[in-house]
Amino acid sequence: MSIAIPSFKVETRSGTSSLAALAAVAGLALAIAAPLIVSRSVVQDLFFILTMLVLAQNWNLLAGYAGLISVGQQVFVGFGAYAMFGAVILAGVDPIVAILIAGALSALLAIPTAFFTFRLQGPYFAIGTWVVAEVVRLLLAQWKALGGGTGTSLPREATKDMAGVDIVRDLFGMKAAAASDALTYWIALLLALATIGFIYRLLRSKQGLGLAAVRDNEQTARAVGVDARRMKALVYVATAYVTGLAGALIYVQKARISPDAAFSVTDWTAYVIFIVVIGGIGTIEGPIVGVVLFFLLQKLFADFGSWYLLVLGLIGILVMLFSPRGLWGLFSDRTGIQLFPVRRKLIDGPLAHMPKGGPNG
Amino acid sequence: MSFIDTIVQGVLLGGLYALFAAGLSLVFGIMRLVNLAHGDLIVLAAFLILLLTSALGLNPFLAALIAAPLMFLTGWGLQYFVLNRTLGKDVLPPLLVTFGISIVLQNGLLEAFSADSRRVSIGALESASIGVGSLNIGLMPLMTFLSALAVIFGLNQLIYRTALGRAFRATSDDIVTAGLMGIRPQRVFAMATGLAMVVVTIAALYLGTRANFDPTSGPSRLIYAFEAVIIGGLGSLWGTLAGGVILGVAQTLGAAVNPEWQILAGHLAFLTVLVIKPRGLFPRAVD
Repeated sequence: MSIAIPSFKVETRSGTSSLAALAAVAGLALAIAAPLIVSRSVVQDLFFILTMLVLAQNWNLLAGYAGLISVGQQVFVGFGAYAMFGAVILAGVDPIVAILIAGALSALLAIPTAFFTFRLQGPYFAIGTWVVAEVVRLLLAQWKALGGGTGTSLPREATKDMAGVDIVRDLFGMKAAAASDALTYWIALLLALATIGFIYRLLRSKQGLGLAAVRDNEQTARAVGVDARRMKALVYVATAYVTGLAGALIYVQKARISPDAAFSVTDWTAYVIFIVVIGGIGTIEGPIVGVVLFFLLQKLFADFGSWYLLVLGLIGILVMLFSPRGLWGLFSDRTGIQLFPVRRKLIDGPLAHMPKGGPNG
Repeated sequence: MSFIDTIVQGVLLGGLYALFAAGLSLVFGIMRLVNLAHGDLIVLAAFLILLLTSALGLNPFLAALIAAPLMFLTGWGLQYFVLNRTLGKDVLPPLLVTFGISIVLQNGLLEAFSADSRRVSIGALESASIGVGSLNIGLMPLMTFLSALAVIFGLNQLIYRTALGRAFRATSDDIVTAGLMGIRPQRVFAMATGLAMVVVTIAALYLGTRANFDPTSGPSRLIYAFEAVIIGGLGSLWGTLAGGVILGVAQTLGAAVNPEWQILAGHLAFLTVLVIKPRGLFPRAVD
């Protein structure tokens, strides 16, 4: 006698996501070729969009998935930038290598930081991260070799002779400045793609499921064996690493640093939070939608100075109050389209085809 | 004698930080809401007092008396119409909405008053001091500290002796049961935030007369308030005063060594307490 085992499998992929993958390949080809097609200022704009996207994806992973709401992520942008400056100016390291060093040092910084901030819960964690960011800013402002409170610049030769710049210059016949812009753009593109790829894979993995469980109900998740604290700590360190990389990369391109700019709450946290909230927190698509909208708004209204930030703040408040899942959430709820599906679905299982009521229907 | 002088200045400065923190502590105690715009609301109140003194030529104390009910209404409305919608199990909405309010207030004030540093003038009181032995104690810092004592004493009386305070405590303990007993939590919350804004106005009066402020001064006031609350321990208003004093003393001691270390010394004191006693020095709340 045999027992019929119903065959069903669990999938996260959907039809639209496969179609979108095709379109993404075409888009990617265009994105890679961009420095050869468009002008230098457009490349700089794209660089800005990509680096903000990296910061937004990281903040989204932290707040939207791990439930760690930080208003102090500027600490890793600033620290990564300073680490890169230190490596280039004091140790004479190539800026590209210095970016990698900065990422590693930022991840290291996250360990003592977590030691302090993880003692605080929920909203207090948020302000705790801010205090830590202030402490690191004040300490680095004491570092006279890197300009103290007024800051300093990268030596001109450092970015001009950066590894790979001469290859790009010779290969495409660009000027040195354009070649270094193209190079930082490609690194930003790589970083953005790697970040999205990493987060997507993480969320589809066992660990990602554990993370979502912790976010939805920490007690229950721990009861079924998810190590919530460890998951959160890992996500915190990983986002610190990537945020540090992004910070260093941004400042290779800016080539001028000061403590107030590198640790700016507005630039590296407020903007990032609004990008994620307006786009849709807790989705991978949300920050992408958010960053494009943010860029368009900035291009249109940047001349209005503080009015622009005021309006951005108001939009953020309204979205949070009336559509907490953001623009992408609205769109996705109406159409059912998900480009980066991470929700588990049962396919061909007996449960999927029983049109009756009750909790399983 | 300069060491004792530094300590005394620090204790008096702590009174100002306790005033910053009392409103934050009150609101958190009742509805578990951390208002990230708290510092910006202090700065808003300071600008309101400045406006009343410069436009109408009022005495700053009288101006604060007029500003207080206006700020009460602001707080009441903010809580009733906006923040109440965000309260729930999820900590994300209240944090992000108050963060948004903080950005809106900062930039609104920038548009209205420009980025210049301002100060509320109180004439001769500004430099008045009384001598105690070899110490010279500024009259305004002393009044700040006495006001902090009075505010915390008053809030404690209100919370433990009045019907409104009973409603505060009941809602804080169990919102559903409080609702069944005829309390309307939405209104209790609005009253609490309104009250916190009256305290904020008092804090703003001393902030504005003591030092320069500008539209972006808010976030660091929020951080000092937060540090005072955590050092003192959640849920205890007297603890908050102690937290403010510890923060103030740490800052003046740091500044005595090197003026650049003032703020840093305060932060380090906070982090030290966080490591040694994560629940603060005088915790009361269980959560």
